[in-house]
Formats: sequence, C-alpha cells, structure tokens
Amino acid sequence: MGKKVMFYPGCTLKGVAKNLEDSTVESARVLGYDFIELPGWTCCGAVYGLAQDSVKFTIANVRNLIKAQNYGKEIGDNRLIAVCSMCYNNLRRAHIDVMKNKDKLKTLDLFMDEEANYEGNINVLHYLQFLKNDVGFDNIKKMVKKPLKGLKVAPYYGCLLLRPEEISIDDREDPHILEDLLQLLGAEVVDYPLKNECCGSYHTVDKKEIVGERTYKLVSVAKDMGADVIATSCPLCFFNLDKRQEIAKKKHSEFEHMPIVYFTQLMAIAFGLTSQDVLHFDKHYISPEEVLKKWL
Amino acid sequence: MAMKRIGVFICHCGRNIAGTVDVKRVAEEIGKREDVVLSTTYVFMCSQPGQKLIEDSVKKYNLDGVVVANCSPTLHEKTMRNAAARAGLNPYRVEIANIREWAAWPHEDNPEAATRKAIRIINATIEKLKANASLEPIEVPVIRRALVIGGGVAGMQAALDIADSGIETILVEKEPTIGGNMFRLSETFPTLDCPQCILTPKMNDVAGHPNIKLYTYSEVDDVEGFMGNFKVKIKKKATFVDWNKCTGCGECLRVCPAHADSEFDLKMAKRTSIYIANEQAVPLKALIDENSCIRLQFEKKVKEGKIKPKKNVKICSKCADVCEPNAIHFQNNEEIVEEEVGAIIVATGYEVMPAEAFPELGGKYPDVITSLQFERLLAPSGPTAGIPRRPSDGKVPESIAFVHCVGSRDPQNGVPYCSRICCMYTIKQAMLVKHAMHDAAVYDFYIDIRSNGKGYEEFYHRAKEEYGVNFIRGKVSKVYRVGDKYRVQGVDTLTGRIVEVDVDMVVLATAAKGSSTVKEIAKKLRIPYDEWGWLKETHLKLKPLETPVGGVYIAGAAQFIKDITDSVSQGSGAAAKVMALLSKPELEKEPLLAKVDPEICAGCGRCKDQCAYDAITIDPVRHVSVVNEALCEGCGACSANCPTTAIQVVNFKKGQVIRAVDVLAEVF
Ligand SMILES: Cc1cc2nc3c(=O)[nH]c(=O)nc-3n(C[C@H](O)[C@H](O)[C@H](O)COP(=O)(O)OP(=O)(O)OC[C@H]3O[C@@H](n4cnc5c(N)ncnc54)[C@H](O)[C@@H]3O)c2cc1C
Ligand code: SF4
Ligand code: SF4
Repeated sequence: MGKKVMFYPGCTLKGVAKNLEDSTVESARVLGYDFIELPGWTCCGAVYGLAQDSVKFTIANVRNLIKAQNYGKEIGDNRLIAVCSMCYNNLRRAHIDVMKNKDKLKTLDLFMDEEANYEGNINVLHYLQFLKNDVGFDNIKKMVKKPLKGLKVAPYYGCLLLRPEEISIDDREDPHILEDLLQLLGAEVVDYPLKNECCGSYHTVDKKEIVGERTYKLVSVAKDMGADVIATSCPLCFFNLDKRQEIAKKKHSEFEHMPIVYFTQLMAIAFGLTSQDVLHFDKHYISPEEVLKKWL
Repeated sequence: MAMKRIGVFICHCGRNIAGTVDVKRVAEEIGKREDVVLSTTYVFMCSQPGQKLIEDSVKKYNLDGVVVANCSPTLHEKTMRNAAARAGLNPYRVEIANIREWAAWPHEDNPEAATRKAIRIINATIEKLKANASLEPIEVPVIRRALVIGGGVAGMQAALDIADSGIETILVEKEPTIGGNMFRLSETFPTLDCPQCILTPKMNDVAGHPNIKLYTYSEVDDVEGFMGNFKVKIKKKATFVDWNKCTGCGECLRVCPAHADSEFDLKMAKRTSIYIANEQAVPLKALIDENSCIRLQFEKKVKEGKIKPKKNVKICSKCADVCEPNAIHFQNNEEIVEEEVGAIIVATGYEVMPAEAFPELGGKYPDVITSLQFERLLAPSGPTAGIPRRPSDGKVPESIAFVHCVGSRDPQNGVPYCSRICCMYTIKQAMLVKHAMHDAAVYDFYIDIRSNGKGYEEFYHRAKEEYGVNFIRGKVSKVYRVGDKYRVQGVDTLTGRIVEVDVDMVVLATAAKGSSTVKEIAKKLRIPYDEWGWLKETHLKLKPLETPVGGVYIAGAAQFIKDITDSVSQGSGAAAKVMALLSKPELEKEPLLAKVDPEICAGCGRCKDQCAYDAITIDPVRHVSVVNEALCEGCGACSANCPTTAIQVVNFKKGQVIRAVDVLAEVF
C-alpha cells in the first residue's frame, strides 16, 4: 500500500481518456502513491467554469474543494492532484479566486448551507508539479526500467497549464518541466517552439476546419523538428491533435500523421507497465503502437 | 517677538480660486483679527501689480508679517518673499497659505466648505507666521571645479561646455574609452551622419582640453560633502599596463593568443585579452582583461595555491615581449584618487534589455539579436565591415525581420513605457540593410510608428517609398527556428490576418533601461531613481536637469532614453546650471535648517541615525548633537525623532506647528 493522496480524475478520464487515467494512477503506484479518487467529486465546470467572473460558475469547484477538505482531514493530506489540464486549471483558479475575493467565498458559503465552509487550505497540484516537487525527479529516475532511448518527443503544454500566469506550472513563455521529465525517462526531447500554442480548443465542436488547420500546423512543425510523437497532458488537446489529423490529411495531401500520447503513458511504459489495461491504445485515432513498439 | 501688524493678501487666481472660494468673505473674516492690520484681495498676486501691492502695503502699513493666500508655495513663495524684501521686510516673515490646491480645487462642488476651509488655512498660517524669526541666508564657500560622470555624448558635451567657460572639469568614464553608446552606432537618424566622424572630434577635444581631466576605465567610489564642496574618491581600475608609456601602437594585440567577447562590439566579435576598446578609442591605450589573460590567470591560481609552478616554465608574456616602450608590467595598478569639486553631473546613459530575456521571440538563438548589437554589424568600422552577417555561420542574410516594442509598452514582459527611439532606429536599420543589399527582403513589424522629431516623419516615408521596406502593423508572438531559417509568427492588424515569414535573421528592438550601475551611483550621491534605473528629475517639466540634492544634476539618457539631439541639449543645459552655480565665490543657502539647543540635548544620537544627509555629528567632548549647516536640508526628520525637542527646524518649531494644527483641527 502506497501513501494515500487525493486524485481528481474529472469526467473525460472516466470515458474517452481512460488511457490518461490508468497510466496516471498506475505510474503513481509505481512511485509509491495510492491515488484515491476524491469521494463524490463533481464536474469542474469545464470550459464554462471560469469563463465569466461570476459566483455561479465557481460553485462546482468550491464544492469539490470542500469535499477535498473533508476527505483530506481523514487521510491527513491536503494535496489534490489533477492531471487533466482543464480540471487543474479550473480547480486552481477557483481556489485562488475565492482566496483573493473573500466576499465571494462568503456568498458561496452562505449558498451551500449543507456543506462546511471552505477553509482555503487545499493544495491543488497538477500531476507534473507533484512529480517534480513532491516525488522528486531523482526518485522517478530510479524507477525507469525501459529508458525511452531514441524516442523523439515533442512536449506540448497547450494553454491550460500556463495561463493565466497565477496558475502557471512553469515559465509561461518558455516552460520546460515536461521536457525535464521526458528526459529523465530517457526520451530525446526535440525543440518544439509551438509547445504553448493554441490547439483550437472547443472550436472542435462547431468549427472543425479551424482545428484541422491548427492540427496541421502543430503536427507538421513537430515533424519538422524531428519528433516521433507529441506528448501532452490535456484530453482536449489530445483529441484535437489526434482525431483532427483526419481533416488535416484531407485538406493537405502531403500531411504525415503522427501519434499523440499522454506523458503519463510514456512514463508508464518507461516503468515497464506495457499492458493495454494501462495504455488503452484503442482510445487513439492514430495508434502509437508502431512508434513505441520497441519498448512495449 | 510676536507680530502685531500682519498683512494678508488673498489671490483670486483668476477664477481658479475666486470661482469657488468667496474671497471677499475670506478677507472680511480675516480682517477681524486683532493682529491683522490689512486684509485684502487681488486678482493675480503673482503679477507685477500684485507684487507692487505687497511692497506698497509693507511700507504704508508698516507691516511686520505677511501672509499671501494663493497657490502652492513651490510656485510663488520666492516671488512673494522677494517682493516683501524689496520693501525692507525680512523675507522669512512672509508665509504662503495654499488655498488653491487645498481649498478651491478639491472642493469645487462645495463653495461654502471651500470658503470656510480657506479661512481656516489662513488662520493656521498666521499662527505659524507669528512665531517666525527673521533670518539671513547662509553662505557656503564654493570649489570652482566640476565632475561629470559618464563619457557618452551627453557627458562629453557637458564637460566641454563647462571647461570652455574656464572651469576645471573632471570626466569619469567606466569603460576604457569615452564615446558611450553613440560611438557604437552605424549611422544616425534622421540625417544618416556617420557617428564616428562627428563624435571623434568631440572625443579628441575632451582628451586635449586644458581644463578637462579625464579618467577612463574608472568609477566613482565614494562621494562626501555638499553643494559647492564635494569630496570624491575615484577608483582607477587595474589595466596592468602603464598608460604613460603605452603609445597605442597595437603590436601587443597582434601577438596575444587569448580571446574574449568584445565589450564594445557587444559580443558580436572577439577581441584579444590585451586590447584597445576600438580603433578610434580615446585614449588609445591598451589594457589587459584579467579574466582571460593566460598569465594573470596562472598567477592568480598560483597565489590561491591551486597550482604549483614548475621551475623554468615560461608563462605567456608575448605582449610584453613585443612592447617597444615596455609599457606592460602585469601589475595590478588599481588606484584610488581624490578630487574636490563644487558640482556634479550624472550622465550615465542607458542599456538595452538583452535578447535572451525574450525566449519566445527567439532570443535564445544566435541569429536573433538586439538592435544595438545589429548597429555593430551595420557599422562600416564594425566586425562585419557594414555588411551584416549571421553570428551563427557568417552568412549574409537574404531576409531580415525587425520587431519593434520588444519589452517596451509591455509591463508583463518588460517595461510599461515606450522606449521612444526604437521606431526611428529600426526604420534606419531597415533602410541601411536595403541600401547595402538591394535584394534583401526586409520585414518591419510595428505596433505604431512613433516618429515625433524634426525630420523624423519624413525619414519614415523615405524608408517606405524610396527603399521599399515592408512595414507590417502588428505584433510578433513567436520566433522559432525551422531548419536554417527563423520563422516569425505574427499578425497583420490592418488585414486581420496571421502572418508568417521565414527569415535568416531577426532583430529585436529591446526596451531601454537606465545604466545597470545607476543604483550604486545614485546611492552614493543620494539622488532618486525609479524601478527601471532612470534617474529622477526634480520636476519633469520645469526642472528636468535638477535633482533634490543641491549641486547634483543629470543629463542625457540617464534621465530617460532619448535621442542624440536631446542628449546633447541636456548636456549643455546641465553645464549651464553648473556654470551658474560655480560662477559665485559663495553660495547662498536657505537658512531653514535644524538647530540644536545644547542646553536640552542629551546627545543620544537618534537624530544622527535619522538624517539622510549625514549632516549631524555628536560632539565627543560636549556630548551634544551638532548640525553641519552646509549639509542640512531642513527636512525635519531629526526633530520628529528627538525625545527632548532639543533639535528643531528654524521657523518650523514644535510650538509653531502645533498651534497651526490646533487651528486647522478646530471643529467647524
Ligand atoms: C540601437 C540603437 C540605435 C540608435 N540610433 C540612434 C540614431 O540613429 N540617432 C540618434 O539620435 N540616437 C540613436 N540612438 C540613441 C543614442 O544612442 C543615445 O541618444 C545616446 O547614446 C545617449 O547618450 P548618453 O551620453 O546620454 O548615454 P550613453 O551613450 O549611454 O553614454 C553613457 C556613458 O556613461 C558611461 N557610464 C555608465 N555608468 C557609469 C558609471 N557608473 N561611471 C562612469 N561611467 C558610466 C557609459 O559607459 C557610457 O560611456 C540609438 C540607440 C540605440 C539603442
Ligand atoms: S604594444 Fe605596448 S605601446 Fe603598443 S599598444 Fe600594446 S601596450 Fe601600448
Ligand atoms: S519607440 Fe517605437 S518601437 Fe520603441 S517602444 Fe516606442 S513605439 Fe515601440
């Protein structure tokens, strides 16, 4: 049994991003942590969550924070880990928002009369931050069984891990936390200048063509830089960069496909966790199997 | 002796005061006081008839005190005091009651309250005035010599002007040559003069002027004293070469095997370890850079015990071997010299933010450089002889992108202000590139073009029309390397489209900041500076060259980034201030200073700790505090901290101030 830490999966990880959830939880287990799903968690609000500065949209997240506060007391740990970039972004921003605006917190506390008041001490962390600062990169290195030697990875952050600045997990213009981790796993990190460019986000719903173009550019430049795969932590980026290659290919015949993976999948593979129960390659539109087969 | 015959003059200031404050009623109210013999109003007290009114009234009513109720004392206190003095009244028996900024303006919407407040302010001022002593200005002797810190174009101009007036001037420059940043430039907008051609005559004038004492490769180490009487310690940094013997022949440079980045070329070229700053350096003298010299590094390691020298090993002395006059001695010849001066001008100029500060704009790549570095590549005397080449591979670029406002107008990534000169020099550089290489593709990304100087807008149009520079209005968001090229990704805000161009080189017009040495020097002189390293003037509009410290002036880009025209003008302006100051044998100083009552003083020294001007010492024999009148600025920090009220500022005595406050605080 590892050390218990609260984990907030979010809705996507329970469905299309099963590959993200299982590779996260299982890689954490290797490192000696038991990621316990936050009991009774609810929606993070996704894109609507903090789109407007309104009390209404902060409720869901504060409720989650209160649940973490309760359960955290039980297990004696105030850290709440998220790996989906959107969930991390929403939870962390909600925490900062109500800590800055005490009036807002008061209104929320009054509104939620059944719950305890939020005391403000939940430490929302992205899995990458947890790996770097809490687990320690040195300890991760010790667990690498199959170094990803020769695999060329383009690290992709998208926007949600870096903006707004107050929640950024690293330098917002030139982050390298993901690069550092990938290097520990033995992979070769390519210089990927578009690592914090927009993936097109929710335009994928109504303006697929725009996202097709973004994907075309993001994948082509990664290819130009010599990458075999693009690694991300965001299910929305993943979906756009993966699935929308279909549109990119239709429009640009010279376009070459490239598999998209979660960084947690690469970590799992490097730790020797190669079962499809962890990796779920069936969730990928462009299968990474061929590119990764050396380590599987 | 308390005053009994006070005259009060209430100014209308046009409608500024009278539009809100009922000046007639104020005059009537004040006129009821027993100690006031005259209470009257006038439309403009600062006008000639207004001053005449004071003069005449002092005589006619035999006034022993005057209160003028008008605007802030920073504007007209002197005017009114002089008027009274002309009529024979001691000027320190005149006080200003500020009823414009304190009553009329803030209460425009409530004339009744403004009127009552004005009355109260005047009553409080009368209470203060009544305990004023008659004072005479203090006279301080003056040393008729000046110091200029910084040998850029502004500092040189200042030094030359002062020296021409017959005053001996000391010029201290931290680099081995004078000339400053202007000497690095390729050509100058808007006239396209060759900066070296127009600057070398000035530099030689400085070096040869009988009244200028030049210390290059030197820094101001310590400053003591006050207006008219400064003692300055100057550190001459170690050159390891005897400059009295060095002829500047340059033989040593040809044989030196060690190299380092050239400071003058801003890393765009290498220099040898023994070097002369540039071919036209003034003075043209060689010096050794300790950190790269093989011999000096070896000697250092031996000294630190890191290596043991083998016997009979010959350590490099190639330069000394070829030096005909035997100037190279390898001895650390750092030296502190002392100079006494009466006035100081600070002209320490500017620096630009490094390209590395903008990784998202490609600052981490070798071929993405700052505009100042690019000036070196465009300069005919520069490392590439005026045809720019890429630092990475020496290739002549076929396409170049210029990016304006890098770090400027961008509080998150740099500075909030506009750096003012970058639009113009970027246009100039784009033009020069087109001139040197007709077929080069030149893209100029700007937010807006700021060309507000004589001949500047015309210059911009020439670049567009005659040279075919491709101006793109919009910001660049990213620069990254793709193969051998740099991809510049931005937006064209006129067409609303995203723009992407692949170029060979990118030039970033990075924001200007004050010299990185400014904090140190400002602290030594006790003059203020802002968070970006710009020195603060006393008044942006009316006293742009003055600082709050008497006798210390600022000039050129040290105050804020400016072009050469403005820098030179400020250099001359500051010189004029210094000449005026030093033209008198003695200086008059306001006598409103701290005074100690030795009967009460316990010698605890709290006042001494509070004084920002080091004006207080504790007499070791009598064990009481002593104020140096020449240093004291009368700020009052000491008196506020004195537990016994022994130290007080003249005409701001505790009783006086409290009485005034009492009147102000009375309930309406
Ligand atoms: C890329 C670029 C291109 C430009 N092109 C033009 C142009 O075409 N036309 C134009 O009009 N202007 C141009 N300028 C502006 C021009 O460089 C300045 O106006 C001018 O150099 C300002 O002169 P200065 O003497 O005030 O400062 P500086 O030139 O900066 O000189 C300051 C001097 O003080 C010295 N110093 C600093 N600190 C100390 C210290 N503590 N002790 C002793 N010495 C010290 C420095 O070493 C330097 O020699 C350009 C600027 C840039 C960045
Ligand atoms: S060889 Fe001697 S004289 Fe000539 S420049 Fe060098 S140090 Fe000066
Ligand atoms: S001068 Fe031009 S380029 Fe420089 S900051 Fe101002 S607007 Fe931007």
